[in-house]
Amino acid sequence: MSTFTVAGLAAGYQGHPVVDGIDLTVEPGEAVALAGRNGMGKTTTLRAVMGLAEPAVSAGSVRFGDVELHGKAPHHIARAGIGYVPQGRRIFRSLTVAEHLAVVARPARAGYEPWTMDRVNELFPRLAERAGQFAGTLSGGEQQMLAIARALMTNPLLVLLDEPSEGLAPQIVRQVGDIIAALHASGVGVLIAEQDLSMVRRVADRVYFLDRGTVAAQVTAAELDAHADLLERHLGVGAGHA
Amino acid sequence: MSGGELLLTTFNGLSFAGLLFLVASGFTLIFSLMGVLNLAHGSFYLWGGYLGLVTLGATGSWVLALLAGALGVALGGGVLERLVFRRVRGIELSEVLLSVGISLVLADLALAQFGGDSLTIAPPAALAGSVELGGLVVPRFRLAVIVAAVLVMIGLAVLLRRTRVGAIIRAGVDDEEMLDALGVNVRRVAAAVFVLGALLAGASGVVGGVFFGVYPGADAEMLLFALVVVVVGGLGSLQGAVVGSVVVGLVYSFGVALAPDLLYFVLFGPMLLVLVLRPRGILGGRL
Ligand SMILES: Nc1ncnc2c1ncn2[C@@H]1O[C@H](COP(=O)(O)OP(=O)(O)O)[C@@H](O)[C@H]1O
Ligand SMILES: [Mg+2]
Repeated sequence: MSTFTVAGLAAGYQGHPVVDGIDLTVEPGEAVALAGRNGMGKTTTLRAVMGLAEPAVSAGSVRFGDVELHGKAPHHIARAGIGYVPQGRRIFRSLTVAEHLAVVARPARAGYEPWTMDRVNELFPRLAERAGQFAGTLSGGEQQMLAIARALMTNPLLVLLDEPSEGLAPQIVRQVGDIIAALHASGVGVLIAEQDLSMVRRVADRVYFLDRGTVAAQVTAAELDAHADLLERHLGVGAGHA
Repeated sequence: MSGGELLLTTFNGLSFAGLLFLVASGFTLIFSLMGVLNLAHGSFYLWGGYLGLVTLGATGSWVLALLAGALGVALGGGVLERLVFRRVRGIELSEVLLSVGISLVLADLALAQFGGDSLTIAPPAALAGSVELGGLVVPRFRLAVIVAAVLVMIGLAVLLRRTRVGAIIRAGVDDEEMLDALGVNVRRVAAAVFVLGALLAGASGVVGGVFFGVYPGADAEMLLFALVVVVVGGLGSLQGAVVGSVVVGLVYSFGVALAPDLLYFVLFGPMLLVLVLRPRGILGGRL
């Protein structure tokens, strides 16, 4: 994988800017968290990176190695090696688990172990058991796993995950965290938007804190504990409600 | 109505239902993936009829006529999708108005080219005449249309449920943006579906030319029927198109036989009833 760089990204809705001047990088094989409370612009940033119809991007660049992604159609951005796991999972209700994987499967990339149906089933045994089941009938945790599995079938070099912990019981959050850590360990880059500190700790090498549309701070995972102030301000941790 | 008449009216209704399904299935497929209510679908049907008629006259071959109607309209539909519909993708009002405009242009072109008379297409020799079916004497061609519609229905069902392309279409109906963000060029899939819908409409036009003739106004009539079918069955649903076609085909057939003066009431009455009881159609919301 090459270095992923977002520089000076500004984006918003109907002319109202929501994020402004976002700078961040993900080095090859790195796992980076974009942390921040609700409404700070995490989803807006990831959607802008994917080139989706909304938000409108007014400035900045999104580069993967020396390829400029800004301005490309979402399917071209995906094919450049960006896997997308959206907020709210957005599984296809009228497809079975197996169909999800088949529909988005892309050829492997030279130099990387390919994500095949078999390899994905190994990482997600629960999904393998439910291959013929319609995705709409899965539990929330299973749907989250399916959204991740689906993104892996595109053979991404970097996966964007938007609040994969949302709406899941703590025990399931842990399982999803283990899976993200496992795919990171296998060499896939990770950029995860989160407000769940346990997930950030489990997965990230480095953390950006997002505050009202700008990057307010960045620390390495090892430095997290030394920054109770950041955790309180941006994740609502500490201050009596741990 | 005697027992024989009852059976014959039912048979006629079912054969008309077959024609309706051929028209409405393409209409509903295009709607389900693209969200476009393509009001030029009736014109695709009409032009299929004219292309078939001309080809039949020139070559004498029914197979070629059917191919010309289907492929000619598919090609035209593909060009229209690429040059016109694609530009207004997602802007619903523009899409609908544009399709109305296209239908008016296509109707005028047809009038200028083929005149105002009703021209009939003779059935292929192999399907001319009648055949006895369990004591009932029925036109061979109408029987063939029922068989063809069932085959197309099975083909579409297999395509949608059993193939990767079908799964891509269903995924696109569920969440087009997400499919795009996962590396699938949804636009190309949508264009292919549009062409398939146009192909079915073109083929139906040739078949319909045997039933009713080819004439100015057949486009609007068939569009209206297709609308009633999908409203009754459920817009965007293939099973809905099946159910809607059968209901409308039978209602029409019995309406013509029993109460020709009240035909429009007989046709739209059930539609209103369905809309009041089930606003999304009998099977609305599922492909
Ligand atoms: N589709 C939209 N239209 C208008 N405003 C939006 C839209 N989506 C998000 N916003 C606004 O943008 C801001 C950032 O939202 P979002 O990126 O979803 O934050 P986060 O993912 O960090 O919770 C919020 O104020 C939100 O209300
Ligand atoms: Mg969000």
